[in-house]
Parts: sequence; C-alpha cells; structure tokens
Amino acid sequence: MTHTIATRPRTGFLARRRRSYFLFIAPALTLIAAVILFPWLFTVWMSAFDWRIGSVAHFVGIENYVKLATNQRFLEAIVHTFYFTLLAVVFPLLLGTAAALIFHRQFPFRGLLRAIFTMPMMATPVAVALVWTMMFHPQQGVLNYLLSLVGLPPSLWVYSPTLVIPSLVLVEIWHWTPLVMLIVLGGLAALPTEPYESAKLDGATEWQLFRHITLPLVAPFLLVAAVIRTIDAVKAFDTIYVISQGGPGTASETINLYLYLQAFAFYNVGNASAVVVVFFIIILALALLLLHVRERTKWT
Amino acid sequence: MSVVIPAPRRKVDAKLRLKRALRRVGFAFSIAVIVSPAILVFLWMLSLSLKNEKDNGAYPPVFVPQPPTLANFVQVFSENSMGLYFWNSVVVSGLATAVALLVGVPAGFGIARAQAHRLTVVVLIARMTPALSFLIPLYMVFQFLGLNNTLTALVITHLVITVPIIVYIMAGHFETLPKELEEAALIDGGTVWTTFRYVALPLARPGIVVATILAFIFSWNNFVFGAVLAGRSTRTLPAAVYNVLTFEQLAWGPLAAAAIVVTLPVLLLTIVIQKEIVAGLTHGGVKGS
Repeated sequence: MTHTIATRPRTGFLARRRRSYFLFIAPALTLIAAVILFPWLFTVWMSAFDWRIGSVAHFVGIENYVKLATNQRFLEAIVHTFYFTLLAVVFPLLLGTAAALIFHRQFPFRGLLRAIFTMPMMATPVAVALVWTMMFHPQQGVLNYLLSLVGLPPSLWVYSPTLVIPSLVLVEIWHWTPLVMLIVLGGLAALPTEPYESAKLDGATEWQLFRHITLPLVAPFLLVAAVIRTIDAVKAFDTIYVISQGGPGTASETINLYLYLQAFAFYNVGNASAVVVVFFIIILALALLLLHVRERTKWT
Repeated sequence: MSVVIPAPRRKVDAKLRLKRALRRVGFAFSIAVIVSPAILVFLWMLSLSLKNEKDNGAYPPVFVPQPPTLANFVQVFSENSMGLYFWNSVVVSGLATAVALLVGVPAGFGIARAQAHRLTVVVLIARMTPALSFLIPLYMVFQFLGLNNTLTALVITHLVITVPIIVYIMAGHFETLPKELEEAALIDGGTVWTTFRYVALPLARPGIVVATILAFIFSWNNFVFGAVLAGRSTRTLPAAVYNVLTFEQLAWGPLAAAAIVVTLPVLLLTIVIQKEIVAGLTHGGVKGS
C-alpha cells in the first residue's frame, strides 16, 4: 500500500490508459459500494435512532451508545469475547507453528498427510459444529469416553459455565490451526539456508537454531497469522451459535452473539447498530495494535 | 502409518542407532498426534451417519458401524427437503460467484495494471467486518423492497463474500503475469479491452479457477445469511441443517448424515485443487467470513 504513488506511471500516454483501467474497476466498485459501503453508512445512521422493526423510529442521538456503556450484559459479552479471542489466538499459533515445523521436514506421505491436516479449515463450520455438539454430550459423547479411557473424570464441556468457552476454543483450535500452519509453512519455505550451515559448524543445538535463527525469521509470518486469527476469533459466530447459543445462561455470549439476539430475536436494530459500530472499532483497534507491534519489532 | 524408515545398514555403533531410531519414532508419533484430530472428527462424523440410532446412543460408543446402513441418508433426503436446500445452495453460491467473477476479474486486472493498490483496502475492510453487521441494514432494505425470503436477496448478500475474494486474488494474480505481451498488443493497435480479452484473460485462467473455487466454498460455507434472510423454502444447506434438523429431530444419525451432505462437496473441491488453494489462501490470508 505504501508504494502506490512512487511507481505510478506519469507519462501522458500511460495516464490516458490508466483512466481506461479504472473503467475495469468501476463495476466492482459500484457493487462494493452497494453491498458493503452503503450498509456501513446506513448502520451508523440507524445507531442514532431508537428503532425497532415494526414501530416508528425516534432520533435519540448517542443514547444507544450511552446505554451500551452501562449495559452489564454487553460489557460481559466484551469480556467473553476477549477471553475467547486470547485462547483462540494463542493456541492455534503455538500448535500451528509446531505443525509447520513438522511439515517443513521431508517424510513419506507428507503431501497426503498435509492435505488431511488442512481439511478442517475448509469444512463447513455449521456441519463441524453439529458433530462437535454430539461429541461434547456429557452422557453419550465420545469425548467423555476418551477421558475415561485415560482415567480422567467426565467433564460437562459446553454445559458448564466455566468450561464452555475453553470447550468452544477447542473447536476453534481444531478448525483454524491449519491456516496458521500454512502461513508459517510459507514462511519456513522462504528461509535462507546459509545461517543454519554456519551455525551448525559452530556447534549450535537444534533448539538454539530454532530460537535464534528460525523464530526471528518467521516472526513476520507469525504476526500475519496472529492478525488474521485475532480478526477471525473476535467475529467467531457459527460454531458458538450452533454449539452453545451463548449459554449456559450467558456464559459464552460474545459480542457477535449479543448482536445477533438484539437484531434478529428482539429486532432492536437501533441498539444492534450501535453494537456493530462499537464492535468494528474494537476489531480495528486490535488489528492496528498488532500491526503496531509488528512495526516495532521489525527493528530489533 | 509407516513413517519409520529402516536405519541404513552401516556399522554405526548401537547407541547412536538406538538414539536415531528413537528420534524417528518420536517424529512419527508427533505427526500422528497433529494429524489424528483432523481425521478422527471426520471419521466419527462418518461413523455416526452410518449407524442406527441404538448404536449412536450406546455407551461406551460403538465406533465401527455393524452393519453400516444408509438409512440416515435416505431419511434426511426423504423426510426433509434436503434436495431443495442443496439446490438452493448451488444456485446462491453459483450465482454469487458468477456475478463476482463478472465484475471481479476485470477489477482485479484494472487494479493490477493501474497500480491502484489502495483499492484493496476496501477488501481488507470487508474482511474485517463481521458478516452480521452487513445483515442488519441489508435486512431492512430487503424488507422495504419485499425481497426477504427470496433467493435474490441471498445472492445479493453473498456478494459480500465472493466479490472481495475474487478481486483480491485476481489483482494478485494479474500482478504476476508478464506485462510485455499486453504492451506488444497495445503497440499493435489493440485497445485496453481487446488486450484484456485476448491476452490477459486466457493467461489468467489458473488464477480464475482458484478464485472461483475459493469464492464458491466460502459462500457455500456461510451460515448466518441463510439463517436470517431465507424463508422455509429458500434456505441454503447450512441454514437448513441447523434450523430444520436440530429443532425438528434430535436424532444423531440423520444429523450427522446431513452434516456430511453439507460439507462433502467442499471437501471434494478442496482435494481437487489442494495446492492452488494453499497458495490462494496464504497469499495475504484471504478468507470469507
């Protein structure tokens, strides 16, 4: 994004052409304006109204936002979202990096095994969530049976207020670790071989090689993975909605779940629009924070 | 998994050989550990779908269907309009992908050739916005236009997913194509349009295939648009599986069978273009919501 102006062709011949290239972009831009930009502006506008579907809308200014700031349930939803996101970023990053280190080596059936490993990523979330719901079942679920095989007591999984978020994260880890793996694997493939050779000559151990050569070199890729994972975890919806519906009680109600209820169960679109705006600001802030970390770590 | 390769038959001292063997076993074990969750969940899904209800409720669980039965699949298709929902999904994802290709491929070309990379920011914003937030305003507009519960409304909403994916992948792809051929065509008196149509487009076919399949998959996988905007007869598969099956029948076998019907087309597509998908996904990490 930073090199646009510098490389822009300046001659008249090409500038004229540039205009015709924009004609290629125009239809898509119009479409994006209609289905993405317009909804955005409309949302901001709606958030200033006490607006319920089926009744007359009243202009209330920033009242929806003021109410949200003191809404216990919404504030708890923010906490749930952050808790879920933290776990759903850290674990896939750790496991995805480990998996990438494994798949970076040569071994028989590597391609096939990698294809199997990446399958969860493309599977339809709702379908997968249904299967996990059955696996989490406290009496007949296969997970408690597996726990009993290794001598552990059965768990309530998503039926326990304290375990529901970690259990949902388990599904998220299963689903999205492959994406982290692929991004890190791409980073590993681009590594130069010289530093390893000289370090080996100097008698470095495997761990030292990883810690002082591999890790710093793939760090930018880890950050890209972290940004993508954060954005996706914050807006996770399908699996949470299908597996726990935000329950038990509101124990796993994230911002997205709260938003869904406000908009499509209570039809309170004014309030829901305010939630969307706050939600987007949170996502933007998290993404910028991570990119800022990236800028700072570049020079060390 | 026969990952352990027999040690070379040289006279290495026994201790070193043992150490090597142990490392190989350890490595094979770690591969098994990371790959097994992926395969086991899918196998369990298959197992649930092929067992009768008695075995599905059994504890300890029955792992291998004895004998396997297709009754669950038959039930899903005969008692619920699974065929209709499947067709809805094909229509919605197919049309949304087709429209997105129509506007997205030229846009990708334009962005790449005019060096208008700032426009990809729009794509990033679309990527960051929760799908639900597009839904509230679109729902209102569709209600105003009387389009709620129609496939048209669904196709329009799915453009939110397909257009950004195709624009982003195609912009990246045209970027990698050599410009010399196009320049030659322009010097020979071709217009920008003929250059695009007869030079760039044929060369971009591999990119178009990847963009099409990824857009189709992410549109197919979408649940929330169908859940909110569709009526009883216009539901897409993921919405139908959740709404119809979970509320109207709690039996595990048909549920698992339905889950397989939803996700199998996607998994098959994934396997067909495995390598290209990996390249398309990791390049900037585009993923629909």
